[in-house]
Amino acid sequence: MTLWSITLATLKKDIRLEWRSKDALNSMLFFSLLVVVIFMFSFDPLAEESRHIVGGLVWVGFLFAAVMALNQTWARELRNQVLDAYRVSPAPANALFLAKALGNFIFVGVLEALMTPLFVIFYNLRVLGPAWQLIPVAILGTWALVVNGTFFAAISLRTRSREIMLPLLLFPISIPAVVAMVASTTAILTGEDSAHFYIVLLLTYDVVFTTACLALFEKILHAE
Amino acid sequence: MNSLKFLYAAYVATWTIHVFYIGTLVRRFSRLRREMKELGKGK
Amino acid sequence: MKRLFPILAILTTIFLAYALHLALGKDTPTDAQQGDVYRIIFYHVPSAWTAFLLFFINFIASIQCLASAKESTQRAAKWIVIAVGVIGVIVTYLPQVQQQLVLKGMRPSAIATTVLCIPAFYFLVGWLFPGDRVDVLALTTAEVGVVFCTIVLVTGPIWARPVWGIWWAPGDIRLTSTLVLWLIYVSYLILRKFSSSAQTQMLAAALAVFGALDVPLVYFSIWFYRTQHPQPVIGGGGSMDPRMLHVLLMSWLAFLCFAFLVCWSRFRLELLHREVEAAHAMESLGGATAKPSIPLRRAQ
Repeated sequence: MTLWSITLATLKKDIRLEWRSKDALNSMLFFSLLVVVIFMFSFDPLAEESRHIVGGLVWVGFLFAAVMALNQTWARELRNQVLDAYRVSPAPANALFLAKALGNFIFVGVLEALMTPLFVIFYNLRVLGPAWQLIPVAILGTWALVVNGTFFAAISLRTRSREIMLPLLLFPISIPAVVAMVASTTAILTGEDSAHFYIVLLLTYDVVFTTACLALFEKILHAE
Repeated sequence: MNSLKFLYAAYVATWTIHVFYIGTLVRRFSRLRREMKELGKGK
Repeated sequence: MKRLFPILAILTTIFLAYALHLALGKDTPTDAQQGDVYRIIFYHVPSAWTAFLLFFINFIASIQCLASAKESTQRAAKWIVIAVGVIGVIVTYLPQVQQQLVLKGMRPSAIATTVLCIPAFYFLVGWLFPGDRVDVLALTTAEVGVVFCTIVLVTGPIWARPVWGIWWAPGDIRLTSTLVLWLIYVSYLILRKFSSSAQTQMLAAALAVFGALDVPLVYFSIWFYRTQHPQPVIGGGGSMDPRMLHVLLMSWLAFLCFAFLVCWSRFRLELLHREVEAAHAMESLGGATAKPSIPLRRAQ
């Protein structure tokens, strides 16, 4: 069995389990809606400057939703000692990491796809720049949050107060990615700047940290 | 000069932080030494 | 070695007092634009350099921790570090790179020396702190580094307010990168505190490596943001009066000695802490065998 076949098998298992229970999905969807509504009340959508700050609001909203989703990434594996079974199996640790990261990517992607129309409606958004560039920003940005989030969620498993530990570890490391995501989204929405540099920065960030996560995950998995 | 206030504030802040940290080290040292003595007596 | 501590402490105190006298003294000229408030840099800049040095040592110690798990990774790490040093020096002296460096006002020899510090520190740390002691070094340098970094972040805005008129400029690349570095290392310390695992050092070392990878990315992201959003004009690009430079370097030396003593104390504290924990653990084991109701050995 290759790395990819194990990854896909694990990914399919996770998606199937989540689809059958839907507990995380339903609560996350409602949480995402609440985040958008709270932002709408806090930051006046009709203000002139709203187009300039919406990029930031959208990604902060996605960030909080992603953290909520990531926190329960490994929860299912801890029950019934599934994680221990994985550790003693000959399957490469990277397969488990990739499966989890891809699963989270799909999950957070679904949340973003549902939150975006709400932002568009509440903030009356029109894209003044090249709209197609929002797709690579969304993909690269989401992967940036999810890849580190999955890794730090695994680290947090070995700590007390694991729910608060994840954002404490994730937020500082994610700062360059957040700067790039927000700046590129604002540049595309306002059409005032080019998002090119930030997209390249996001790509660099993704490559660097995906490599680091894959290199170090096995050590994390085998920590007591 | 007004800006001298900031100069002294910066210097005072620096040493306050250092003194506070060294204070915590001293406190932890004495607590650990006490524990070590108690463990030694207990044996 | 322990007996040297009080003598070194007294010498360091005298040195710090001398540095303070130089910093505030009349012999050091007043800045033409900023007035006397510029003297904050005699505390701000040495603290920054000390903090970065300590975080660099933490990064080296973390790599040692991660590499020491297996013999093969240890050997590989040694060769990679040597290669980084050699290639780094060669690249610095390539004509195209030299040209670029000179254009930016940097000397190739300075860059080459900085690059050579990586293998130098790696082998020095490995030699001076064998086995578990390298993990104690990692924790020590992280904690003392955070203290110095806090001072940088406190004195920076205190200096900025009278000089720029604002406490904080989001595009100020140095202060913002320092803030992110501070956040990363505070999260490192929290992870160490909250982790009860036997592999805490591995987890923390992994986080330190992530932090080190993150810092250049932070720098670039803010650098580009700054080119697009005009920021207050910040002086400091020009050359410094040699007397000011002299005071700055003396101040840095004094703070380095001070940082060394603080690290030494913290190191000894951590060793004592681990001794006490080990003693507690032994006592719990010893206590169990003392109770007749729970014999550990089977009755003959």
